[in-house]
Amino acid sequence: MKIIVCVKQVPDTSGKVAVNPDGTLNRASMATITNPDDLNAVEAALVLKEQTGAEVIVISMGPPPAEGMLREIMARGADRAVLVSGREFGGSDTYATSQILAAAINKIGVEKEDIVMCGRQAIDGDTAQVGPQIAEKLGLPQVSYAAEIKKDGDTLTIKRVLEDGYMTVKVKTPCLITCIKELNEPRYMSVGGVFECHSKPYEVFDYNTLKDDPLIDPSTIGLKGSPTNIFKSFTPPQKGVGMMLEGADKATCEKLAGILAAKHLI
Amino acid sequence: MSIYNSAAIEEFNGGVWVFCEQRQGKMMPTSFELISEGRKLADELGSKLYGILLGHNIEGIAKELGGYGADGVYVCDHPLLENYTTDGYTKVICDTIHEYKPEVLLIGATNIGRDLGPRCAARLHTGLCADCTHLDIDVPKYKEFLRSASTLAPEVINAIKEDDRNLKMTRPAFGGHLMATIICPRFRPAMATVRPGVMKKNAFDQAKADACEIIKPHFSLTEADMKTQVTEVVKAAKKLVDLIGADVVVSVGRGISKDVNRGIQLAEELAEVLGGVVGGSRATIDSGWLSADHQVGQTGKTVHPKIYIALGISGAIQHKAGMQDSECIIAVNKNDTAPIFEIADYGICGDLFKVTPMLIEAIKAAKAAK
Repeated sequence: MKIIVCVKQVPDTSGKVAVNPDGTLNRASMATITNPDDLNAVEAALVLKEQTGAEVIVISMGPPPAEGMLREIMARGADRAVLVSGREFGGSDTYATSQILAAAINKIGVEKEDIVMCGRQAIDGDTAQVGPQIAEKLGLPQVSYAAEIKKDGDTLTIKRVLEDGYMTVKVKTPCLITCIKELNEPRYMSVGGVFECHSKPYEVFDYNTLKDDPLIDPSTIGLKGSPTNIFKSFTPPQKGVGMMLEGADKATCEKLAGILAAKHLI
Repeated sequence: MSIYNSAAIEEFNGGVWVFCEQRQGKMMPTSFELISEGRKLADELGSKLYGILLGHNIEGIAKELGGYGADGVYVCDHPLLENYTTDGYTKVICDTIHEYKPEVLLIGATNIGRDLGPRCAARLHTGLCADCTHLDIDVPKYKEFLRSASTLAPEVINAIKEDDRNLKMTRPAFGGHLMATIICPRFRPAMATVRPGVMKKNAFDQAKADACEIIKPHFSLTEADMKTQVTEVVKAAKKLVDLIGADVVVSVGRGISKDVNRGIQLAEELAEVLGGVVGGSRATIDSGWLSADHQVGQTGKTVHPKIYIALGISGAIQHKAGMQDSECIIAVNKNDTAPIFEIADYGICGDLFKVTPMLIEAIKAAKAAK
């Protein structure tokens, strides 16, 4: 049994975000992190590994420096890693990205008892689209927004979260699951893991590795193969600075209440 | 790869479609918002607007969509569609799209819409833009939008060619630091998931509801198509906060850490006086102080109430992304350099634990005096 976990290295948007004058993100000046939801997918895979002895393979598409992130995830307990990297893949939207990742997962091979796991969404794009689109390209059933996963033989019982509650979904392997932060608390790297991670198998799949897969075609990958294009990107304006009220006492509060009443807001 | 290519774009003249999500036979409010927005787009394109409604025994709720602007509703009724499943819904929607060829498909960006949308787009070989907050067809209207909602220079805006007829789908990226307008020029339908609570609902018109056409497309769906099985659907026991529909939202942030229970209690009291609800920043949800349904922000809900009160919220960009369009923003924060004051209409620099009780009394008095 294999569990293939898709992860992404993202700019840390929780801190200061640098924007270039042309409205694009200044990635070079920002720290990178492993996408938070993806770490929940990694943890879920490691828990299943402890229960079943499954092999955990972590896969990412990105530039060569993403190797560091993949080594860190092997230090957390993943068994091997694959980086999908190549100029031909650059500029891909979610559709093209899922074509490429699906081809890479085909190369690793999805067998009857295998599971593919993803984080719900990445904090740079917030699309939540690549997981379901990989599932479609691989012809696998998907369960997204997983907050609980139980495995019994080849059947997984998953608590799938909705805005107003949840549904319980049963699915047989092979399948794809997208994970949310409520699912678990990701473990840290272990000291032993940090030592071992550099000797664990690490591979790079480039265009030549994947080009024989029918999913890989110049018309379906990269910028040219992406159905969506950016028409314009821009930064929103700052709202005009409002009024700082003087003081923080009873009179201040009465003044504010008076303004709200005068504006018919209360 | 696909039967859809640029040569076939003209064939997609079946109008603007909205996937109208229902749960347990009850229409989701976002369906009415999207029908209202879809009406605007269909008018700009000079085409018709249709809802597509899937479920079991749901025909009775279809005509109401007409009251918000739908010319017709494709009703797909089947026992296997009673609960949402990715496989069942994707198959029926993609097969129906195949048959009727809409040029645009809008889907509410709910936990169901964001499961369904990408799967359909991948199967149809078309583009999908996630979680949109603004949509345009007409370029002059789009330019008008950019003039108020972007920092682009006037000459950049003026230079945009006016003959573009693609659906222009605008969404926040990188936690709201950037906005991007996406188009899908070579494939149809152009697909967007749209953030709930953002699009304004039209006034309901009973005559239009009565005139709404009901269409029952042919489709096939069998047990063999279903790879997942829904064994139960559970509504949250506690009534969830209706942040999106609220006129007043009182939100708390990390500033309540000194006394979390007291902080939440004060927010609840203030919300009660104003007839509003309590929200929270990501920090309060991540710390487990409030449940996830309270979260306002890029990864939570987008709200635009009449009054938004931020108590002890510093105003990280990801929070601002979810509330900056509120009509009146009031911020209480100990730190006078907190970014929240940059967007607040009224700011009070002070301790929320001291200010909030006084504010509650002052508002009570002001209301009593009216």
